[in-house]
Amino acid sequence: MRLKNIFASVWGIVAAGAAIGIVAALLQKLGNPGNMGVCVACFERDISGAIGLHRADVVQYLRPEIIGFVLGSLAAALLFREFRPRAGSAPVVRFVLGMFAMIGALIFLGCPWRALLRLSGGDFNAVLGILGLTFGICIGTVFLKAGYTLGRSEKAYTAAGLLLPVIMIGLLVLAFVFPQISGEPKNDVLFYSVKGPGSMHAPLLISLGAGLFVGFIAQRSRFCTMGAIRDLFLFGQTHLFMGLAAFALAAFLMNLGLGQFHAGFENQPVAHTMHLWNFLGMALAGLAFALAGGCPGRQLFLAGEGDSDAAIFVLGMVVGAAVAHNFGLASSPQGIGPHGIAAVITGFAVCLSIGFFMRKNVA
Amino acid sequence: MRTVIDARGLSCPQPVIMAMAKMKEMESGEFSVLVDTETSRENVSRTAQSRGWRIKDVASEDNGCRLTLSKS
Repeated sequence: MRLKNIFASVWGIVAAGAAIGIVAALLQKLGNPGNMGVCVACFERDISGAIGLHRADVVQYLRPEIIGFVLGSLAAALLFREFRPRAGSAPVVRFVLGMFAMIGALIFLGCPWRALLRLSGGDFNAVLGILGLTFGICIGTVFLKAGYTLGRSEKAYTAAGLLLPVIMIGLLVLAFVFPQISGEPKNDVLFYSVKGPGSMHAPLLISLGAGLFVGFIAQRSRFCTMGAIRDLFLFGQTHLFMGLAAFALAAFLMNLGLGQFHAGFENQPVAHTMHLWNFLGMALAGLAFALAGGCPGRQLFLAGEGDSDAAIFVLGMVVGAAVAHNFGLASSPQGIGPHGIAAVITGFAVCLSIGFFMRKNVA
Repeated sequence: MRTVIDARGLSCPQPVIMAMAKMKEMESGEFSVLVDTETSRENVSRTAQSRGWRIKDVASEDNGCRLTLSKS
């Protein structure tokens, strides 16, 4: 007899979304950067910096939330017998999509979660990002309707499905063996920001615990911000969108209560006011998420339940963050990077080509 | 012979797109969808029910499960 998944109901997804919104606002209160209680793109970028893949010294910290997301999802998947090791659906394409998803997100300065958190904190620049995200996802739905597919995954070794969770455990071990030394930019192998957003973080165990909690409920509820917007436009379905709305509303109410709501366009934390590039950066990211079948958070949760193709996307994002900072593609509060425009053009050329050339009738 | 849609191993939202196309094509009757994740099972079931189809049967198979959808 199949156990009924209470989180698969409308109230389940609403509860999960609201809980994640509350956790995000609290993490900001406890030390995470402004309107960045949780940001999958920013935090993977910080991890990329912590292990020295890029040397942008203001964004280097081994974010335990990301580790928690994967391991929390793994725990839920094991507990509810949903752990299914699988692999083999166009991995290199997913890697490249992950790279450009990250590059687009870093031109806007945030993943879809952070776009909503920025809005819920009063940063109106996020409106452009959310519109761009929606636009990019809509382009993705056109390809999906035209038969776009990356092909089937196959059942894989259990060990293969466990590889990303094991990597996450390895990173966690590094965080404990080489902890931050106050005022020092490095402890042996790990880099730590002494200023900037990378220096702002909640205590390690709280971040880890919050990550595990979010990973667990997100695996159960299938919370996905890209899917929320995609299903609305593609099928007229509101299920996942209810979760997204609950997430933003809960974060907004928490921000009001905690004094973290500051309305306006100017001087918002870790944000710039170049509207066109906020829009286009997130449009690129949205297209990449839609083509890969999930927002960056969802990719972590899928990786936790054994999906190696999602794990590849995650690794692509980590490498994409390194490229974005090493090549001057990422934005800063001053505006877009020196090569940000070239990155958007290249990203669209690559992602549109993937959508166009990878179509077939699988039925 | 009963129609079977094999959506195993496909990323979101392809299983739903395939099931929806078949529902539209058949309008009524009975067909099966093979899925390999709980997420796909939930998504296909939710979509089918919202379009007036009944989940007649859910059977576990070696690599996932077989959903039988029907509409009279």
